[in-house]
Amino acid sequence: MLNVDSLKKGIVIDHIKAGKSMEIYNYLNLDKADYTVALIKNVPSKKMKKKDIIKIENNIDLNLNILGYIDPNITINVIENDKIIKKLKLDPPETVKNVMKCKNPRCITSSESEIEDIFQLIDKEKAVYKCIYCDQIYKRD
Amino acid sequence: MLKGRHLIEPKDFSKEELEEIFNLTDKIVEKPEKFNKKCSGKILANLFYEPSTRTRLSFEAAMFRLGGEVVGFSSADSSSVSKGESLSDTIRTVGCYSDICVIRHPKEGAPKLASLKSEIPIINAGDGGHQHPTQTLTDLMTIRSIKGTIKNFTIGICGDLKFGRTVHSLIKALSRYDNIRFILISPEELKIPDYIKDEVLIKNNLEFKETEKLESSLKDLDILYMTRVQRERFFNEADYIRLKDSYRLDNKKLELAKDDMIILHPLPRVNEIASEVDEDKRAKYFQQVKYGMFVRMALIIKLLGVDEEC
Repeated sequence: MLNVDSLKKGIVIDHIKAGKSMEIYNYLNLDKADYTVALIKNVPSKKMKKKDIIKIENNIDLNLNILGYIDPNITINVIENDKIIKKLKLDPPETVKNVMKCKNPRCITSSESEIEDIFQLIDKEKAVYKCIYCDQIYKRD
Repeated sequence: MLKGRHLIEPKDFSKEELEEIFNLTDKIVEKPEKFNKKCSGKILANLFYEPSTRTRLSFEAAMFRLGGEVVGFSSADSSSVSKGESLSDTIRTVGCYSDICVIRHPKEGAPKLASLKSEIPIINAGDGGHQHPTQTLTDLMTIRSIKGTIKNFTIGICGDLKFGRTVHSLIKALSRYDNIRFILISPEELKIPDYIKDEVLIKNNLEFKETEKLESSLKDLDILYMTRVQRERFFNEADYIRLKDSYRLDNKKLELAKDDMIILHPLPRVNEIASEVDEDKRAKYFQQVKYGMFVRMALIIKLLGVDEEC
């Protein structure tokens, strides 16, 4: 099995659905990171059979709210001094900005340039969102 | 306090705030001349990116009757949109010239975007097939004036319930009043959209029935709200032609209805209400037009926060 060094300080994003890690890498703008980031794909998992993991060194101030929208099963381990000091389970965020586009061709977002795509959580249990402009409803796949 | 607020959808105002507007409308209806200087020195911007007769003229007439001035345009072709200007930029510009802004736009959510960019109150005068809250103020005011109250009735809403923005706003608004039953009459293709059915009717446990039959529903109705099948909302002309004549109310059908049922229509009508019905005492749609102007006068006064005491 591939070995990636353990972290002294940082964040481990675990239980990512296999194949989704690149999507998360992009949402978190990790391509612009000047710290160490390891993206590990298809890690064997008892629970999930296969999963992806992202390890981020040093930076523990990332805004991870969006991950609750992408996949609520993701877990976050915050590490300091070689130890997990916090395990986070993420709820769907109240608003999601510029992550997805409204698919309603009649929505103002389809014609206005430089508009922020904003979706508001309307059902936390089922993670149902609506476009704040046209009210179109979106249920997570 | 409604001063400085936006009206994008009916639920932007509480029931109590709506009642404040209706109470002021009552005063205006009683003595309109007492209000003819209330907005002196104020300017209303009327931005109509889509054709309109009633709503545009109603806002203009309302502002003129309050002693204010109106600037604006009546089609996108005569504005800087034709040069490629974004809505956000137009709204910021108009905010420098005027005190309150009315916007009609073919795209759903355009007034919401305007409200996010504007420092002056924005009023949604209809956005695509989405919402039309000032028509709803008109509808509620008409019901309140004729029936004496906004509760305890069965309303039949007939026609294009999918793209009918007045219908969406009306259902949203009525969902907060007591003991109202909805009979939703439309062809299968023009049924109410999910965001209204799931998020308003089902979520609030409201009593409603969906049907394609107008005749069999008439006997149960206290209010019949007719709507037009709107050609401008269809991407496909053939679908419009197939559905446009789905319903037509005439004197013969009206024999099935209660004596005190009232007929409302946001207008314009095409052929869904025969002109012979205009003479029936239950036809209230032209009265509704007049309430539309008065209720918009009250709304402008409230959002501008001008002194409303006479």
